[in-house]
Amino acid sequence: MNTEVASRAHAASESRPLRFSVSGSVDDGKSTLVGRLLLDTKQIAEDQLAHVEEASRRRGFSRTELGLLTDGLRAEREQGITIDVAYRYFRTAKRRFIVADTPGHVQYTRNMVTGASTADVALLIVDVRHGVSEQTRRHALASRLFGVKNLVFGVNKMDLVDFSEAEFRRVESELLAFADKLPRSSITIVPVAALLGDNIVERSTAMPWYTGPALLEILEAAHAGGDRDKPFRFPVQWVVRPSSDEHHDYRAYAGQIAQGTVRVGDRLVAWPSGKSSIVTGIDRHPETLQEASAPLSVAIRLADNIDISRSDVLTHEGAPPRLARSFSATVAWFDAREAKVGQRYWLKINTRTVRVRLDAIEGIVDLTTLGLRAGAAALALNDLAVVRLSTSIPIVCDAYDDAPITGSFILVDEVSHDTVAAGILKSESGDEP
Amino acid sequence: MSEITEARKNSCDQNDRTSEENVESYGDSDRTRNFSDLAQEVASLDELEAEAIFILREVVAEREKPMLLFSGGKDSLVLLRLAEKAFRPARFPFPLVHVDTGHNFPEVMAFRDERVAELGERLIVSSVEDMIADGRLRDEVGPRASRNRLQTAALLDVIEKNGFDAAIGGARRDEERARAKERVFSFRDSFGAWDPKNQRPEPWALYNSFVRRGEHLRVFPLSNWTELDVWAYIRRENLRLPSIYFAHERRVFQRDGMLYAPTAGTQLLPGEQLETRSVRYRTVGDMTCTGAVASVAFSIDDVIGEIATSRITERGQTRADDRATEAAMEDRKREGYF
Repeated sequence: MNTEVASRAHAASESRPLRFSVSGSVDDGKSTLVGRLLLDTKQIAEDQLAHVEEASRRRGFSRTELGLLTDGLRAEREQGITIDVAYRYFRTAKRRFIVADTPGHVQYTRNMVTGASTADVALLIVDVRHGVSEQTRRHALASRLFGVKNLVFGVNKMDLVDFSEAEFRRVESELLAFADKLPRSSITIVPVAALLGDNIVERSTAMPWYTGPALLEILEAAHAGGDRDKPFRFPVQWVVRPSSDEHHDYRAYAGQIAQGTVRVGDRLVAWPSGKSSIVTGIDRHPETLQEASAPLSVAIRLADNIDISRSDVLTHEGAPPRLARSFSATVAWFDAREAKVGQRYWLKINTRTVRVRLDAIEGIVDLTTLGLRAGAAALALNDLAVVRLSTSIPIVCDAYDDAPITGSFILVDEVSHDTVAAGILKSESGDEP
Repeated sequence: MSEITEARKNSCDQNDRTSEENVESYGDSDRTRNFSDLAQEVASLDELEAEAIFILREVVAEREKPMLLFSGGKDSLVLLRLAEKAFRPARFPFPLVHVDTGHNFPEVMAFRDERVAELGERLIVSSVEDMIADGRLRDEVGPRASRNRLQTAALLDVIEKNGFDAAIGGARRDEERARAKERVFSFRDSFGAWDPKNQRPEPWALYNSFVRRGEHLRVFPLSNWTELDVWAYIRRENLRLPSIYFAHERRVFQRDGMLYAPTAGTQLLPGEQLETRSVRYRTVGDMTCTGAVASVAFSIDDVIGEIATSRITERGQTRADDRATEAAMEDRKREGYF
């Protein structure tokens, strides 16, 4: 049983689908590039292509507008821009992909962060004629801050500069100079012409001076993070407790394994209470497992009834997580209403929703120097900032770099119920309660 | 540019031919969508399953009165299996709801009731016919009359009457371009309306489930599944399906390039005639707007083979309701449609 489970789980981590986000400024050709990627990997069905052709003709375009494949909303088609994140799914002989096509429009940066939050790779589109823009910097920085270490820059519209190597090298050196300031990142830069398909799926014959791989080859080879070997984290979602005679004594703690592996016989500790018990069973109905790893959703049975409920986090004993009521975090502010020091919000972290106060704004990230600008009195739309937050009860404070699922949160406005920020916990700070 | 023009020309030619006969071409070696890599299939299904179970548990933990929409169709049958995995050995912490247009496939209705009895769960039926009978709704008129839009009224009615604050459904992002934009936890105002330009951001799996009285959420655990994933999961879990998903002989007529089965109120247009064909349904909805496809797929493996090589999407091939305008689905969703 053990070996079978282990080998199956091993296969799972080796072949995870690659999730990547695509972003760029308006008119950089982002949606065209995604459309080209889908078209050239033969993922576009005939009715979809016929629809896009018809829609293009109706708009009087001289060519088929591939962007219409992903820009599905009426308003997007009217304005010719992407407003909201669109998810696309495609597969090649080598791999499965989940693409988040994210808007480059300045007021919609929140969607870009959404796309980046679950991405293994961030693909950033740059117009070769315009070079590195503020949008490029913002997107690259936000992707990196939100945990994407693998950045791929597609320098697009090479066809409009006659596939000139000099033009490409100019943008490439701009990108490298900027990327130099980003913490630990893997940077790949590829010249492409999304409209014609050069270096998208097939290597281009128009740019013999470029000897690297095409974009799809880069994506096929990219690493998708696996979380099975990290310290075990299990945020409890729901207690399964049938009120039937047949299962009178059944009680299990249900949730999705955020990271790591759990085995029958392990001693687990529930946080924040600190009480512990031994795993007697791992249920994945109708199967019962000896061990389970991220990202499976399971229900864990314990030897003792130790008062565990939703929002508690189970970990292995011996490596207690940091608990804190006051902590530093990096946030992306999504709301048009500013956030002022002293304001209260709902914080949703893991399966816990708790009241939180904005205690201090430590600094706003400066896009040019990538340093922190102190002295801000409020957070404005699209700001990336380091802030100090406090909660009414201590919470498990995992650093995002070590534990992306338990180290990330959203803030919800108490009145509008809008999601006003996404945030990640930093590693170096936090006071013991 | 020339490449695209060429591609368009080819595909238009093929498309015309295909829609005329409504027959798919199979076995095209050019297509790369397949499940040749078993490890990939296992990894993908494990991950999709875990995510969907997580979503189901989140909505029941955070909302007071959720319900799950169950039509007897393949996607909602997958949802039921996921609900078993999420909550058994306990009962489901929500009732099942079916919006009955009165034009459902009898085979599917029989299957629906059988499955509900088997699970021992509670089913609430909201009937379009009842609303027509008591004067709250009126049928469309003409040969192309459909109850597609009336479904929305019956759905909103059952939500309001029961005070549901979350409706879990089997819609997927790969189905349609407006759905590709929708959140997993999708907010609806007190009119049941979706506002695509004002959606709550949804980073990671941190779903915002806040609603006020009268507002509700639509929750889509299968958001990231494709049609092929659904079938691969049906195969893996050995799920039973209504018989109409597999090839069978049926009296049908052709309209707008689709094959329809007649209902009690069907009026044939000039030139249309009934004929017997070997067909199956790729989607299951209201009979007035759901088309069949010519098929000889008798088993799950046959069906997967057909879909893997299909050149047409499932809704494109079978749903007349999406063709009304360029943004037909978006428009209906704004009115409260699923």
